[in-house]
Amino acid sequence: MSELAVDREIDRSQMSVSDEVAIEITNMNKWYGAFHVLRDINLTVYRGERIVICGPSGSGKSTLIRCINRLEEHQEGTIIVDGTELSSDLKNIDKIRREVGMVFQHFNLFPHLTIMENCTLAPIWVRKTPRKEAEEVAMHFLEKVKIPEQADKYPGQLSGGQQQRVAIARSLCMKPRIMLFDEPTSALDPEMIKEVLDTMIELAEEGMTMLVVTHEMGFARQVANRVIFMDQGQIVEQNEPEEFFSNPKSDRTRLFLSQILGH
Amino acid sequence: MGGAKSSIGYVRTEMLGEKPPPPTSVGVIGWMRQNLFSDILSTILTLLSLYLVYSVLAGVLPWMLKGIWNASSLNECREIIAESYGEGTEAACWAVIRERFWQLMYGFYPSDMYWRPNLALILLFAALAPVLFDKAPRWMLVFSVAVPFIGPWLLWGGTIWTPVAAFLGFVIGFFVNRYVARATGTLAGLLAGVVAAIVWWLFLAEAFSDALASVLPLAIETVESRKFGGFMLAITLGITGIALSFPLGIVLALGRQSNLVIVKSLCVGFIEFIRGVPLITLLFVASVLLNYFLPKGTEFDIILRVMIMITLFSAAYMAEVIRGGLAALPRGQYEAADALGLTYWQAQRLIIMPQALKISIPSIVSTFIGLFKDTTLVSIIGLADPIGWAKLIQSNAEWNGIVWELYGFIAFVFFIFCYLMSRYSMYLERKLQTGH
Repeated sequence: MSELAVDREIDRSQMSVSDEVAIEITNMNKWYGAFHVLRDINLTVYRGERIVICGPSGSGKSTLIRCINRLEEHQEGTIIVDGTELSSDLKNIDKIRREVGMVFQHFNLFPHLTIMENCTLAPIWVRKTPRKEAEEVAMHFLEKVKIPEQADKYPGQLSGGQQQRVAIARSLCMKPRIMLFDEPTSALDPEMIKEVLDTMIELAEEGMTMLVVTHEMGFARQVANRVIFMDQGQIVEQNEPEEFFSNPKSDRTRLFLSQILGH
Repeated sequence: MGGAKSSIGYVRTEMLGEKPPPPTSVGVIGWMRQNLFSDILSTILTLLSLYLVYSVLAGVLPWMLKGIWNASSLNECREIIAESYGEGTEAACWAVIRERFWQLMYGFYPSDMYWRPNLALILLFAALAPVLFDKAPRWMLVFSVAVPFIGPWLLWGGTIWTPVAAFLGFVIGFFVNRYVARATGTLAGLLAGVVAAIVWWLFLAEAFSDALASVLPLAIETVESRKFGGFMLAITLGITGIALSFPLGIVLALGRQSNLVIVKSLCVGFIEFIRGVPLITLLFVASVLLNYFLPKGTEFDIILRVMIMITLFSAAYMAEVIRGGLAALPRGQYEAADALGLTYWQAQRLIIMPQALKISIPSIVSTFIGLFKDTTLVSIIGLADPIGWAKLIQSNAEWNGIVWELYGFIAFVFFIFCYLMSRYSMYLERKLQTGH
């Protein structure tokens, strides 16, 4: 496993963590039927933070970030995103989803729409942006992820890495204040992982608040300001990346790190 | 050449260029070799099939081509055949089609008003064009909105205010829906809109059209339902069944997936009940039983009753077909739509349905074709569709004993319609192909 996600210097001038709270999760519990999948989660995310969440499969890390935009419903505790509490109130859910972008492991692009239509759909229908303006914004972000020339193609005609970059652009078109990444590189061939990580690093350099579930420890080292290790539905350890990797406190963390970095 | 060690190593110094394929694998000869005569067994099968096709055609084609077009009865036909081809020759008697063509097409519809169903059919194509082909100009959608109201009016006649009143029901429903949806929620708005429209149609529409008709009597002559017949009846039933069962099927499929227990169980109950009952039973209910249940004195048109039954029957199948398409969609599509902040209805309309329907195109069209052919069952409850007319013609003294020509012709006309539907579905599948 490579030590670094990209072999260049990260521009840290915009990467600053403010005092403003972006996400506040208090005593949150979630069950799937009788299975207690998230246990007593407490997490405060400040604006500008880049948090990497790692852990063995089934540890609840994906479920945790999916609770933040209500793709999963929590049963106990509170989640406050941008000052709005997530409850069954649909208005709040819609409001939060407009502010929180999400990138999925399997891209989840809409295969019946062109790249451009994928990017303009939500701005037009949810934010009521005029079509022309939405297309300009979409083109801007497609240029940013370096695939403006693919705008009129369909997702099925693009490679996995390109599709994932489109998915990132699609989220950015909604001008979110927080971005969630659910294993964004796990479904990609090795040579495509880098181009997606590159895009994510650029996003971090612009000061985006990011929660990233990933096994890319190079990315965690270079970009994250905090690494969270989860196991059995609980936050086991969190720390600055330097300290997390060089001096893990818990046995579980050490075991996990030795398994993914050991060879 | 060195030892064993160095023989593993290999470096290509030059990349290979493209070569043309061998001539035996391309062109007509290549195709025939691969598909017809690839080995001894396939050669035998090919020859056997060719012989089979030849013997069928050798029997049928002369019968068809020698057919007599000018005669006024089956006996006359037979005399002419015996005269021109010799005693004992088998040949078709197409004269029956020629003589009874208009009845097979229009039933007892008054012949001086054939222009009305004809115009309705032309308008129907104008209405379908913008729906079926995205190259058709958008202003043609005006037809798509107007024809569902003008078409029936042309067929049945009466005052122009009846279709206007029917249309107003939708307008009222739409505005009530918008007003209530803004005040409360989408589902409540939908229900309120539907209720408002139904109240209008049941209690107010007739008074409205009567009142306007007495002020401004714009009307064409009324044609009663019992005069409808032939392919006109089959097409009328088929088109309305298709047009109505499709949206109803979508609603039922969505209802079946709903989280609301009542909605879900109503939809499941409806679908399972209707699918568990033969269509002919429903048609008998429509023709016989419904009169017992309805209040005394209510005149409920027989064609309308049959239309409702056919629509309900086909909608249950449609719902299951669309549910199959919905089930084939990956969960991620719903999640992506949710994560982008689309509402349930936006997600359904923009993301889920376009894909689910695309997956289900072949089965949807199969259901449509099945429905169209099933309209022939109405002959059993006494409606004069083409099959009903075939029986009527056979029971006539002049044409008693004629079978193949009549049913062959009816099958041929049905085939044209069904084949067109099938071709359209293939065109649509190709057009919506976005993979590579």
